[in-house]
Amino acid sequence: MAASRDFVSRKLHSLLGVIPLGLYVTQHLTVNYFATRGPEDFNAAAHFMESLPYRYLLEIFVIFLPLLFHAIYGVFIAFQSKNNVSTYGYLRNWMFYLQRISGVIVLIFVTWHVWQTRIQAAMGAEVNYQMMADILSNPGMMIFYIVGVVGTVFHFANGLWSFFVSWGLTVTPKSQRAMTYVTMVIFVALSFVGIRALFAFV
Amino acid sequence: MSEERTVTLKIKRQDGPESASYEESFTIPYRQNMNVISALMEIRRNPVNAKGEKTTPVVWEMGCLEEVCGACSMVINGKPRQSCTALIDHLEQPIRLEPMTTFPVVRDLAVDRSRMFDALKKVKAWIPIDGTYDLGPGPRMPENKRQWAYELSKCMTCGVCLEACPNVNSRSEFIGPAAVSQVRLFNAHPTGAMNKEERLEGLMDEGGLANCGNSQNCVQSCPKGIPLTTSIAAMNRATSLQTFKNFFGSDH
Repeated sequence: MAASRDFVSRKLHSLLGVIPLGLYVTQHLTVNYFATRGPEDFNAAAHFMESLPYRYLLEIFVIFLPLLFHAIYGVFIAFQSKNNVSTYGYLRNWMFYLQRISGVIVLIFVTWHVWQTRIQAAMGAEVNYQMMADILSNPGMMIFYIVGVVGTVFHFANGLWSFFVSWGLTVTPKSQRAMTYVTMVIFVALSFVGIRALFAFV
Repeated sequence: MSEERTVTLKIKRQDGPESASYEESFTIPYRQNMNVISALMEIRRNPVNAKGEKTTPVVWEMGCLEEVCGACSMVINGKPRQSCTALIDHLEQPIRLEPMTTFPVVRDLAVDRSRMFDALKKVKAWIPIDGTYDLGPGPRMPENKRQWAYELSKCMTCGVCLEACPNVNSRSEFIGPAAVSQVRLFNAHPTGAMNKEERLEGLMDEGGLANCGNSQNCVQSCPKGIPLTTSIAAMNRATSLQTFKNFFGSDH
């Protein structure tokens, strides 16, 4: 008997969130961090990324297709749940709730961010230090980007925790608790990387 | 003692499956060591509400009266639990009684937990040994395994974990934590393990285990302290492996 569509979709959703999307987010934030070394270093790193061979294939299969599936199925999952943190205010129930809220924030942020950078690039704009410096010179945009980056990093870190449970890697309460600490360290560390890179543009 | 002590209950009532719900208050005389069931019995004996009007007795379900049958679950002061072990002395008054919201209401506090029993059928939560001849004694179970499996066997299908779960609701087909843990119980049994793939297939069906969102409310709410989230993660591992076995092939 083949596994149901439900089962395959959920498992795929969990897998794609980490591989490739989580890895891609980490890589993206690392490239951004070059901005802390100055415009030349950032431009060199960004240029290296955009001159990778078979770039369109990488973009389609590593970023856009996984992102589309994860986002669309994720919205379906988010609106299926009946959140109840007011009655059951436990840590993991809050994380469950925040995972859904951050997912919606990330969807809005990423859609805007893709429009503002990748689609503009496709229409002829050059993606470089100056482009980001222009965007982030607007304080409203800066706040939007900070919320977006922190939301994305939280969604990834907490999603990684769920991934370990959903694939049956962390079974005991002890290992699950250890993963809570590990993923929260990842959240703090990547938030630092993301926010410091944002401020390197102003 | 100048005045007689009383107990006040605010009960969410509903006359039938399709009717609208309403709230009715009752004030009954206090007796020592009362539980919610004895309070409901007092209302049944003398069905007069707090305004002094005669009303219909409140309907609820009960069985064992010692928290092993699971029939008397209801939402008491906001949290789902068994009414037999909800002692009046431990509850803040007025005591609010409501039917569980995950299940269809039959009448007043009585709900229909059919979806739980359907889930047990779906995952084949039993050990098939019936046949035309005596199969003899089964393989022995190691004592250390028996000890943790015994904890899982305490499940009484009371519905509290489904009530607490944000992913079990009218918008989802999720079978809920109880049935998942029962698969782990029967798959741990040496005779039950002979049919373990069938139960795992049940878990991988529509509305199965993958619908869990890891809010872990179930393990916090279970009145029997069953390690439900450990069962869920263990069955996640088992179904993940089963998927690979199904796809790539395996004789084990």
